[in-house]
Amino acid sequence: MWLRRQGCLRPAGCGVEELRRRRREREAALRKARREQQLISKRLLRDDAPEEGEGGCVAVILGQAEIQQFLQLAQRGTEEKERGRALVSLRRGLQHPETQQTFIWLEGSMRTLVGLLTSNQALLQLEAARCLHELSHSEQSAVAEACLPATSYLLTYLSGHSSDFIELCLYTLGNLIVESEAVRRQLLPQGIVPALAACVQSPHVTVLEALGYALSQLLQAKEAPEKIIPSVLGSTLPQHMLQLLQPGPKLNFGVAVEFAWCLHYITCSQVNNALLITHGALSTLGLLLLDLAGAVQRTEDAGLELLACPVLRCLSNLLTEAAVGAVGEQMQLRDERVVAALFILLQFFLQKQPSLLPEGLWLLNNLTANSPSFCTSLLSLDLIEPLLQLLPVSNVVSLLAAQAFLQQSGLQALERHEKEAQLQDRVHALQQTALHS
Amino acid sequence: MQLPPAVHARLAGGPGAAEPLPVERSPKAGAVPFRFTARQVRFPREHEFFEDGDVQRHLYLQDVLTQVAGAPERPRVPEFTCQVAGCCQVFDALEDYEHHYHTLHRNVCSFCKRAFPSGHLLDIHILEWHDSLFQILSERQNMYQCLVEGCTEKFKTSKDRKDHLVRRHLYPADFRFDKPKKNMSPATPRATVQVSAEALGAEGEQVEGDAMEVCSEPAGERHTAGRRLSLAMGN
Repeated sequence: MWLRRQGCLRPAGCGVEELRRRRREREAALRKARREQQLISKRLLRDDAPEEGEGGCVAVILGQAEIQQFLQLAQRGTEEKERGRALVSLRRGLQHPETQQTFIWLEGSMRTLVGLLTSNQALLQLEAARCLHELSHSEQSAVAEACLPATSYLLTYLSGHSSDFIELCLYTLGNLIVESEAVRRQLLPQGIVPALAACVQSPHVTVLEALGYALSQLLQAKEAPEKIIPSVLGSTLPQHMLQLLQPGPKLNFGVAVEFAWCLHYITCSQVNNALLITHGALSTLGLLLLDLAGAVQRTEDAGLELLACPVLRCLSNLLTEAAVGAVGEQMQLRDERVVAALFILLQFFLQKQPSLLPEGLWLLNNLTANSPSFCTSLLSLDLIEPLLQLLPVSNVVSLLAAQAFLQQSGLQALERHEKEAQLQDRVHALQQTALHS
Repeated sequence: MQLPPAVHARLAGGPGAAEPLPVERSPKAGAVPFRFTARQVRFPREHEFFEDGDVQRHLYLQDVLTQVAGAPERPRVPEFTCQVAGCCQVFDALEDYEHHYHTLHRNVCSFCKRAFPSGHLLDIHILEWHDSLFQILSERQNMYQCLVEGCTEKFKTSKDRKDHLVRRHLYPADFRFDKPKKNMSPATPRATVQVSAEALGAEGEQVEGDAMEVCSEPAGERHTAGRRLSLAMGN
């Protein structure tokens, strides 16, 4: 269950240095986008082999006449395979932004494509859906909006049975959702939330992962807290999401990652976290945290933080709900193994992903702030010293560590550690912080 | 960072909470040393605290793109034919067959052979096109249900429903899975239902080349003898 898809792809002829450089560039671009609140990433399912040479996209730019020709052949050709091939050629062209523009401005093109999407020929349906998927990947909202005539059909097909096709429709929808508010304004009245709620009962892991992706894009929208999250919370989606996050033999990493992020977008919007708590979110996420800590001990897989991050965030935000005190015992988070798990994860972050240390300490703060029991666990498990060792890591960490630490019987612990020379400086620094904070 | 072995042991142990130590100041403390109150912290959606984790998340999403591009080719199998009676499509990959089957054979109306994308739409179709009880009831009450899952509205006529789909749900006016029945007389029970392009044409229904519903079948007619409209009487 902890196996991830192996990321083995690299463009031909790319050295390790080049890959690192590209990754740094992408990271910088993402940071900039986030600061401008324009964080958009899309998934693209392309399953023709990338053997057409090196260095990225070899999409062919198609002109108007060629597009028309392919569409006509697809619509009126005599043999199904031939018609399918015409659409494959069109799809290759649509990998290029220029072809996409030509396509959407060509009169009748989308109508024809939608006609093929809803035809009684399975192969043509699939190929037409793939063309739409290429269009959905465009970074121009005009192209996404040109796909609006297809959305009611994409939603209809979510209640079909062909798992590959449903997966494709979901990724396409996810891409369209994130690109344009106009698309979301249409999809909501078209019933996307009930459609997703029905689809989440699918037994296919690939469908679930795609659904999680589409839902996460929907929940990330800036208007989500007012317009989307309430109806999601009113549907059966929260219960299903939590079920899919329960540790056990059926837990699938890719699926869990998507739904954990969905849950994060919901909880940090503070719409109705009390409802999630009554569905057992705290105990489910707590158990998942334990499972993650166990996995981290067993494997050096550096991908586990992709799941750990949203789980930590959800727990931290949910713990601040006043409702926590109001629900029954089994809904609360009291298990001190959570503290043990958290420190195991902090150790893991220190080695693999230091940028996540502040988030881990945030959870520690929220666990211990109002809980003498958790504070006691920290002391009895002898975790003050490891906590102090985190202080030099960064400013944010120092602040949060100090806050967490000071909630314990800090002074007593400090005295104990004063004797240890290597910690002396930090201890004094901490005492100073305490006096001046 | 070194963790004491007790931590790993505790994780492996059973659930339980620590008995809380009393929260009291050490006698050596003297005056209150901390101008600090323990409190929980909340971070809203757009807070910069989340920047690093969000960036990692999106790098992952972008990576999946390249991962999927390298997905293995669909395994090819020796050619085989669809086993559904009358269908002679040939396949060499299981996924293609799966999609074909679900598109053309799975949700097929046993009365008129139309194929639908989902069981939901098929059920509505059978009710509205082949159930004489439906016709009778619809004269007294609103029977045409909205096609959108989750919407419980019902309407007197199929046209009213279409208007609702367009206005309330922003559906296209020519939505292909909402064809009104041209022949408005109640379906008459028949012992056999002949299916052929001519028969359907004779009832005055348009057979569009691109429409979803008509199952493209080879030229020979099929007699589906013995089919009874068991649904019609609501049993």
